[in-house]
Amino acid sequence: MSDKFKRPSGRKLTELRPMTAKVGIIPNADGSAMFAFGKTIAIAAVYGPRLLHPQHMQNPATGILRVNYDLLSFSVADRKKPGPSRRSQEISKMTEWALSPVLDLESFPNTVIDVQIYILQADAGTRTAGINAASLALAHAGIPMKNLICSVAIGKQDKELIVDLDKDEEDFEEGEGATDFPIAKIANTNEFTLIQLDGKIQPERVKEVLKLANDSCIEIYEVQKKALKDVVE
Amino acid sequence: MSSMDASNLTIETFKKMFEAGKRFDGRGLLDLREIKISYNVSNKAEGSARVLFGKTDVVVGVKLQIGEPYPDSPDKGNLMVSGDMLPLASPRFEMGPPQFYAIELPRLVDRAVRESGMIDFEKLVVKAGEKVWTVIIDIYPINDDGNLIDAATLGAIAALKNAFFPGLDKDGKIDYDKKTKEKLPLSKEIAPLSFTFFKLGNSILLDPTREESEACDVRITFGISMREKDYMINSSQKSGKTPFKQEEIENMMIILPKKYEELNEKLKKFL
Repeated sequence: MSDKFKRPSGRKLTELRPMTAKVGIIPNADGSAMFAFGKTIAIAAVYGPRLLHPQHMQNPATGILRVNYDLLSFSVADRKKPGPSRRSQEISKMTEWALSPVLDLESFPNTVIDVQIYILQADAGTRTAGINAASLALAHAGIPMKNLICSVAIGKQDKELIVDLDKDEEDFEEGEGATDFPIAKIANTNEFTLIQLDGKIQPERVKEVLKLANDSCIEIYEVQKKALKDVVE
Repeated sequence: MSSMDASNLTIETFKKMFEAGKRFDGRGLLDLREIKISYNVSNKAEGSARVLFGKTDVVVGVKLQIGEPYPDSPDKGNLMVSGDMLPLASPRFEMGPPQFYAIELPRLVDRAVRESGMIDFEKLVVKAGEKVWTVIIDIYPINDDGNLIDAATLGAIAALKNAFFPGLDKDGKIDYDKKTKEKLPLSKEIAPLSFTFFKLGNSILLDPTREESEACDVRITFGISMREKDYMINSSQKSGKTPFKQEEIENMMIILPKKYEELNEKLKKFL
């Protein structure tokens, strides 16, 4: 990596935005949390495990995880029409798959665990912030988990790999343009539960990307752990 | 995609076979099926193609319309990709609102095409800020025998390359019966392709049949293209609960360029 390259924000290439995490923000929910990457703020609530309705959807072999992710209408510059879009439906499903490998759903047959994720303020990285918040909310709800899930977007601006892109960096258009590579993994393992990508990246550089994700997830994990400890005290 | 439709017996059988590197049709785990591409599915479409991967059969049509540009890109044309999982094509597809797969498939094709930079959107402007061409790619599976995403991406590329602008009348309105000889502004060098890896247990395979794919735990799709003699991954999405290990992903990065070359070589016969 070159030393000359400067991020508009002044951040180092591998520097995450300041993270904030808080657990227990929604008293009604069984578990809840907020997670922020800089100006991107996600909140998540967990309800359940509770009996799944309609009844015919119940599965006697396992509980199910049901995730709903969406942007609040005023979380983006151009007002987002309320209600699910194809994008939000896709991210909901991706988040569901990113989180479920650490959950012991089979201990809760016929039930559903509902995870509701909303973005209050969007400055890129909303799905990754949402996953981090949801992971905390699930732990807060006391649902048996093998581990936490940590998520971050690795990006590329022209030829430089950078971590945790903000909106300006995501909109970069020169050279090879911007690449957005959202990733989630099971903390402290080599198992990846979310992989998405948009942009242009050489296959041989993916290894570097995974390494950056690993390093970033270690930092995210620490922030998550602290937030969970703080709520107990 | 969660082995919902496969019985445990089927899954166990496939698991053992894949571990031994075997498949019912005699292919190796990373071998692709025979590919056929034909054109002119409909002469009403501006471009169309039909792609066969073994028994998987997909038709793709390109229609062109003139519309307003998006406010955030006044000097660019638009791309829209839709897909309809017709109940005609599989006992698994049902009438009614689209299931997740029907939302995901066109989005994956859209991203592989768009992010590769194959279409020069700036050349799709009729009058800057007011009128631009919208390229609409519609995907219909006719027979789903697995790996629809890769077949649909290939179909979309073939249909785009085969598309011609319709003529305009003197008021600037489209006259669809008046075909021109003008092709779409596509880069000759960049041809995106899509490869979806499926995982069952510890085995990774490409181009599964429907039966094979229904037994698998998880899949991951990559859109890959060539750009100035560099391979570029343009899009990716993991679908399914089971995680991928770091070394599995790293290994895919080694396989992808080889498969790109192989499929691209086969394609040349049909273009």
